Amino acid sequence: MFFRDQSEMLPARAAPITEVGIVGWLRINLFSSYPNSALTLVSLTLLLLVVPPFIDWVLIKAQFSGDTGEACSGIGACWAWVDQRLGQFFYGFYPAEAHWRVNVTAVLLVPAILYVLVDNLPGAKFGRWFSYVYPLLAAYLLVGGFGLEVISSDKFGGFMLNMIVGLTGIVLSLPIGVLLALGRQSRLPVIRLFSIAFIEAVRGVPLITLLFVAIVLLQLFLPPEVSLDQLLRVIIMVTLFASAYMAEVVRGGLQAIPKGQIEGAQAVGLGYWQTMRLIVLPQALRISIPGIVNTFIGLFKDTTLVIIIGLFDLLGHARLLQTNPDWIGDVDHEAYLFSAAVFFLVCFLMSRYSVSLEKQLSKDRH
Amino acid sequence: MIALTRPGLSCAVFAAFVLPAMVGTAQAATLDDIRAADELKCGINTGLAGFANTDDAGNWVGFDVDYCKALAAAVLGDSGKVQYVSLTGKNRFPALQAGEIEVLARNTTWTLSRDVDLGLTFVGVNYYDGQGFIGPKSLGISSAGELDGASVCIQTGTTTELNLADFFRTNNITYEPVPIETNSEARAAYEAERCDVYTSDASGLAATRATFDNPNDHVILPEIISKEPLGPLVRHGDDQWADIARWVLNALISAEELGVTQANVEALAQTDGGSDNPEIQRMLGSAGSMGKMLGLDADWAARAIKAVGNYGEIFARHLGPDTRLGLERGLNALYTDGGILYSPPFR
Repeated sequence: MFFRDQSEMLPARAAPITEVGIVGWLRINLFSSYPNSALTLVSLTLLLLVVPPFIDWVLIKAQFSGDTGEACSGIGACWAWVDQRLGQFFYGFYPAEAHWRVNVTAVLLVPAILYVLVDNLPGAKFGRWFSYVYPLLAAYLLVGGFGLEVISSDKFGGFMLNMIVGLTGIVLSLPIGVLLALGRQSRLPVIRLFSIAFIEAVRGVPLITLLFVAIVLLQLFLPPEVSLDQLLRVIIMVTLFASAYMAEVVRGGLQAIPKGQIEGAQAVGLGYWQTMRLIVLPQALRISIPGIVNTFIGLFKDTTLVIIIGLFDLLGHARLLQTNPDWIGDVDHEAYLFSAAVFFLVCFLMSRYSVSLEKQLSKDRH
Repeated sequence: MIALTRPGLSCAVFAAFVLPAMVGTAQAATLDDIRAADELKCGINTGLAGFANTDDAGNWVGFDVDYCKALAAAVLGDSGKVQYVSLTGKNRFPALQAGEIEVLARNTTWTLSRDVDLGLTFVGVNYYDGQGFIGPKSLGISSAGELDGASVCIQTGTTTELNLADFFRTNNITYEPVPIETNSEARAAYEAERCDVYTSDASGLAATRATFDNPNDHVILPEIISKEPLGPLVRHGDDQWADIARWVLNALISAEELGVTQANVEALAQTDGGSDNPEIQRMLGSAGSMGKMLGLDADWAARAIKAVGNYGEIFARHLGPDTRLGLERGLNALYTDGGILYSPPFR
């Protein structure tokens, strides 16, 4: 018989070249089978067809300086407008000497958001309070009063308007949505019926229609001397709209919680609100995170609809640029591309935060 | 440009029925309201090349904007005291009816139903427009009558859409509409040859042609298939305010006819050594009491002209051959220069 000498280990050999390193990665991820290889090749071809000409157009052949569209050749992208128009794109008609107020508001937004979103930051206790006070501070800085010059809301515009409407809607729609979702499951018929009626009525109507009601119809019914600020009407409508969607997202999470937990909570003597706050909602909201963030992103993009009521958000100013006699016909794609890039950045950040939050919470659970 | 979609119309019609009962009392003295607020609320377009747009500093500029400035200068003494309210084709009439603005200068076509049924008063025409066609020279057509079977790019929801259908029906020829949402998309579609010809207001077509890489490869067909007299308008019910709005416009037109310009208006308005022309004297307030009849002071017209210039200067600044839009005066020349622009006399 032939025995291998077991007293000695064979020296470790390197893994086959087809399994590790770049080759291995390519093999596993891109060329694992014939159909996959074919898909990879097709995708690469498409990328090669699209990406180099795009970069060529958007950067290499682009024109970056000039006073009017005539400076642009038409071969590459025309970015000559950026240095003159960037202010309008971000601040709208907000007076230039008060831009610092917007900047301060924007800078303070960072800690205000971080203290809400991220745990274990230094000074968390004070930070939380700052986050709660921030909306008032922001309103004071942007609108003015008490020593600051009052700036009426029709001067608000550009990306600042998207952020104001979007963030206010996001912050307010979650609690309202949670209340509506709880109301829809309530045993009290008045509350239940009201919640159902509100959710179905608002969800059954396009946001544009609600905005028209707010801007056009409301002013016909109100006496002329009563005038609700246009921006306020928009924020209210956007918030109500998002709340109805939020309610349904949260309801999905609520229904995933086994009834036994609620009965258990009742058995240990917790009341309704305690049960909800301590047992049900933490779990339900965790389940609902993807849907909630989805609604947030949708809401944020819906803020561009303010254009139809004569407010100029980022997209509105992009369109103003397109119809400016100095630029007409030269910036049709560039203005849209710029707006798209800004929106993508913000929505992408929200999406990444949602992913990291889900990971964080699932780690906590297991 | 002259959007009149059905939802917009129904909103407006609705407004027309509901409003008279509601705002009848509030609009008695628009002039007093404006003076009390020390600001004129003027409805303008949400962005139309040459008519209402923002400059690089974020100020509204344009042909319609200058009318707002002239009116504010006449009434309040300062062309800067204007609050511009941007309005879409859908919400412009309700905004005027509900008193959110005092005057609408938003390249709006004067039609019977708007004038009568919506309870509005057009105070004049500041731009005579009409719908035309633009097509590539290579198509070899010289008249819109030869467009049988052509595909036509058209902005949806505007009176241009209805005019187009009328035109082809009355001429008994067929066409294939290519509906497009916005003007810039329509331009892009035409450039990409998704349609044979593009139809819109002639002013817009000329402006569009100027932006093409080779403008001379495209022709604007001679047929103008609709009348689009664009002008400022106010609410029914305050004739004094309508008179002021009307005569500020007339003053700008008369100023061109009489040779009064932004540069010389101050000199001409002097009581001593000013103009010898009695009509100029009456208009600029150095003689007569025209301002008092309107409820304004004597210098109202002089201030308006000082602020923005006469009609010809406004046109040249925003639309004329020296701008990128490069529009000719055409119908909008004075009646003495072959156009139809004609102001009643200041007498």
